[in-house]
Amino acid sequence: MAEPLIFDLSKDGCRGFTLPALDVPEVDPADHIPARFLRQELPLPSLSELDVVRHFTRLSRLNHSVDIGFYPLGSCTMKYNPRVNENMARLAGFANLHPQQPDETVQGALQMLKTLEESLAEITGMDAMTLQPAAGAQGELTGLLIMLAYHRKKGNHKTKVMIPDSGHGTNPASCAMVGYEVVNIKSDARGGVDIEDLKSKLGPDIAGLMITNPNTLGLFDENIGELAHLIHSVDGLVYYDGANLNAIMGWTRPGDMGFDIVHLNLHKTFSTPHGGGGPGAGPVGVKKHLEPFLPNPRIQHDGKKYHLQTKCRESVGPVLASVGNFLVLVRAYAYILVNGREGLKNVSAYAVLNANYMMQRLKKTFDLPYDRFCKHEFVLSGKGLAKYGVKTLDVAKRLLDFGFHAPTIYFPMIVEESMMIEPTETESKGTLDCFIEAMEMIAREAAEKPENLKNAPTKTPVRRLDEATAARKPDINYFQKPE
Amino acid sequence: MANYIPTTPAELQEMLGAIGVKTVDDLFAEIPPELRLQGELNIPAGMSEPEMIRKVTRLAQTNETVDNNVCFLGGGAYDHIIPSVIDHLLLRGDFFTAYTPYQPEVSQGTLQCIYEFQSLISGLTGMDQANASMYEGATATVEAINMATAQTRRNRVLVLQTVNPEYRRVMSSLNTPLGVELISVPFEDGAVDPAKIQEALNDQVAAVVMQYPNFLGGIEDIEKISEMTHNAGALSIVVANPIALGLLETPGKLGADIVAGEGQPLGIPLSYGGPYVGFLAAKKALLRRMPGRIVGRTTDIDGKAGYVLTLQAREQHIRREKASSNICSNQALMALNTTIYMSLMGREGIKEVALQCFQKAHYLKRELAKVEGVSFPFTGSFFHELVVKIPNARKVIGKMAKQGVFAGIPLDNWFSNLKDCVLVAVTEKRTKDEIDHYCNLLGGFING
Amino acid sequence: MKFTKEHEWAKLEGDIVTIGITDYAAHQLGDVVFVELPSVGSKVTMGKTFGTIESVKTVSDLYAPVGGEVVEVNEGLEGNPAMVNESPMDAGWIVKIKVADAKEFDSLLSEADYKKICE
Repeated sequence: MAEPLIFDLSKDGCRGFTLPALDVPEVDPADHIPARFLRQELPLPSLSELDVVRHFTRLSRLNHSVDIGFYPLGSCTMKYNPRVNENMARLAGFANLHPQQPDETVQGALQMLKTLEESLAEITGMDAMTLQPAAGAQGELTGLLIMLAYHRKKGNHKTKVMIPDSGHGTNPASCAMVGYEVVNIKSDARGGVDIEDLKSKLGPDIAGLMITNPNTLGLFDENIGELAHLIHSVDGLVYYDGANLNAIMGWTRPGDMGFDIVHLNLHKTFSTPHGGGGPGAGPVGVKKHLEPFLPNPRIQHDGKKYHLQTKCRESVGPVLASVGNFLVLVRAYAYILVNGREGLKNVSAYAVLNANYMMQRLKKTFDLPYDRFCKHEFVLSGKGLAKYGVKTLDVAKRLLDFGFHAPTIYFPMIVEESMMIEPTETESKGTLDCFIEAMEMIAREAAEKPENLKNAPTKTPVRRLDEATAARKPDINYFQKPE
Repeated sequence: MANYIPTTPAELQEMLGAIGVKTVDDLFAEIPPELRLQGELNIPAGMSEPEMIRKVTRLAQTNETVDNNVCFLGGGAYDHIIPSVIDHLLLRGDFFTAYTPYQPEVSQGTLQCIYEFQSLISGLTGMDQANASMYEGATATVEAINMATAQTRRNRVLVLQTVNPEYRRVMSSLNTPLGVELISVPFEDGAVDPAKIQEALNDQVAAVVMQYPNFLGGIEDIEKISEMTHNAGALSIVVANPIALGLLETPGKLGADIVAGEGQPLGIPLSYGGPYVGFLAAKKALLRRMPGRIVGRTTDIDGKAGYVLTLQAREQHIRREKASSNICSNQALMALNTTIYMSLMGREGIKEVALQCFQKAHYLKRELAKVEGVSFPFTGSFFHELVVKIPNARKVIGKMAKQGVFAGIPLDNWFSNLKDCVLVAVTEKRTKDEIDHYCNLLGGFING
Repeated sequence: MKFTKEHEWAKLEGDIVTIGITDYAAHQLGDVVFVELPSVGSKVTMGKTFGTIESVKTVSDLYAPVGGEVVEVNEGLEGNPAMVNESPMDAGWIVKIKVADAKEFDSLLSEADYKKICE
């Protein structure tokens, strides 16, 4: 049976929480606030504490999660979230600080932030970091604002940013939000950036290049040094989308590849949990010449004390009304401490090992458009199943019946019927083998019993949902049913 | 050193064999030697869990918290009572180790929670619809402005000077690169005179942004301002405190087209500023201008009710270079935090929290009025936050802090004309004793 | 009837051009969930966007095959966008434009040329 909505569980007279009794003399609000600003009705439910606990517990059991099983969602780095980090984020000395407390009362918090900045700068090979952006997309926006500020200061007239056709959809969107036009660059036969195409589009109006390396095909672009050189030759900046940093930590660094700006996704690489879609954190690192443009406040140490510095003349300004998603940053800090320099290098080593192992085995059953060593993820094509009337979507849905989450599908767009698989380092060979066997079985089913795929999933809390009606007649608010 | 990698040495060899390489290094062979990291990262070696806990706990203990002090700080983040149930539910791995519900068949928990969040926020704000949440209050307001400029095809936005100055800074960083002109409308007596807004309104104006209650604690006439705004063909954007809406009339009824705000007061720990959650609600006509994610209720092929991400064509990563918003995800876990809070407190509980905040703040004002030297620069209505003028304010609140009382936020941080003025917030969590102690201590420091 | 490389069709009757998307486009888009229509009386320019069409997972611009004034829009699509999938070339038409320059219509693709693009 479906779990009722919280509103349908409501019972007048129920209370889920009791406040201490009011201990000050009362006045009538109507004597202090004009009547038209006083509320008449409040359409919220009323439930007991146990009703609430059961409702949300039951709902939680309808989710797939990393805790339950394999979650090979490409480009999302769904690795194990160490439990101890949750405890660290809940220490009273971090969780119960008001953002407006004087700096002298939060020295430990500021020291943690400064240390994390330094660690992330070292890992990426950059000179300075901001921890403020709330997510990857906001990190991108921040990086592009820095790019804009740099060109403005130099008096450069730049209007365009280059993005490879394998890039994340957020890249062009972030460009649009600062007013840059997007120039799409083709991929070459090896899946890297087509240098000739880039050269033919390079000119004085190019503000920069946004690129993920390894890219969304999971492939490392060996030409990155030359690409960076070309962009720098027109005084452009090279931007690193850090979604795939899990592939290279301790092996190579964006800063050493020639990148000027980097954003990271701490909820991916540094295992702060994904939380069902957030909160994340999207710190941005820059080379020395861009440091003055970083958002404020900056965290400074004067030799004795830490301070939040807001008076930064050339800064692009704050992108959030706080220092960032602080407790997410605490988790990343704890993760780095436990892993340390050799641990982080191992993270990438095993992430890459797992991906290559799966790729080698699965390429016997599915099309592999770019057959070379991958990094932390790889992309298969489901186009070979078309002859059975089966699509990648059907494979994804069938995987759910086997208790796995599906890979990222239909992205990157340059591969037909794509399936992007990212195992992460925290999965065992046993789990990988089970998944591989499920994929092989599904491929056999596609030929022999395609209806098993077309009808899948059948073992999940609900089956395929009517997305067309959902969008045509949106029912998005309990209080307003569609006509 | 970490133990999050389960592969045994024997399995490693087996896997390398299956791949056809000798060492893991071979898998990194295509990285040109000059780009390889020489040596190790310059960060400390890994440590065991207990060693890490000791280090991090010691660092946390050096901070002064709102637990071992008494907090009268507000300015957008408030020290409310948080029921224990919330964190127990948030710690369910099925919630916090899941990701965006891309496969709805195995994500109904997250999806239904978001549908409930959208409905609760719609009900609380009196709007037709809300999205799945935003990063926090400031960026929710930025996106509200993006909606208004896209809808009206105008680019001037009037922002009342009584809107949170930290939000105004974020707007200035994020709205102006696209050519939005932000015009500040100054306040008198703690609120903005609607006549001043009327003067600034014309057919270039896309929206008027106001806060309810405003940053200084006062209650703007959002009804009158919204009406004027509509007459000029512009949209009314109200930045609302959700707890205040337990007592105050909904922005929806008072004419708002878009309501944005910070969800922290709904049961989220202060967390030194984040993660919080923004909310964004709007009138029906603006549905397709809403940024971010939206969950809709539908049915599966067996006719069973279920939930999906819907209207996805609006989303920025789908629209790519035609995007009109920055948010690609939402703040699902924090939205869940507020959803559980609203469910637990319920209709009566939220009303009572709001009422107690109101009563205690008004009690503080009556008591402070008895303290010699204290004055109140503004005369208007307020909810749970007010401006107090104290001689040598910075010095006095510095002394209060040393006595374990965070007495308020000095307003000359942002307003040069509010020297010696302090913004003081009182929530339901403060007791009569704490308020009395505040007044005694303050009196002592002013007059001692 | 003429076609565009943006997968739209245009049918001229008198000086009125009716515009819609092709069978091929409707199939590629999948379930259409919303069509953003221009207002009647607005002016459109050949090759410029005049609206958008949304399916479950994507959104596409609609480009005016000819310039002129919008004289009618298919209001039925508001309540029933599925019409674009069911009958893209007929009941699922999108707008009618009073053509300003008939030469623009003549310059569009023939059916045969359009079919080559779809292959």
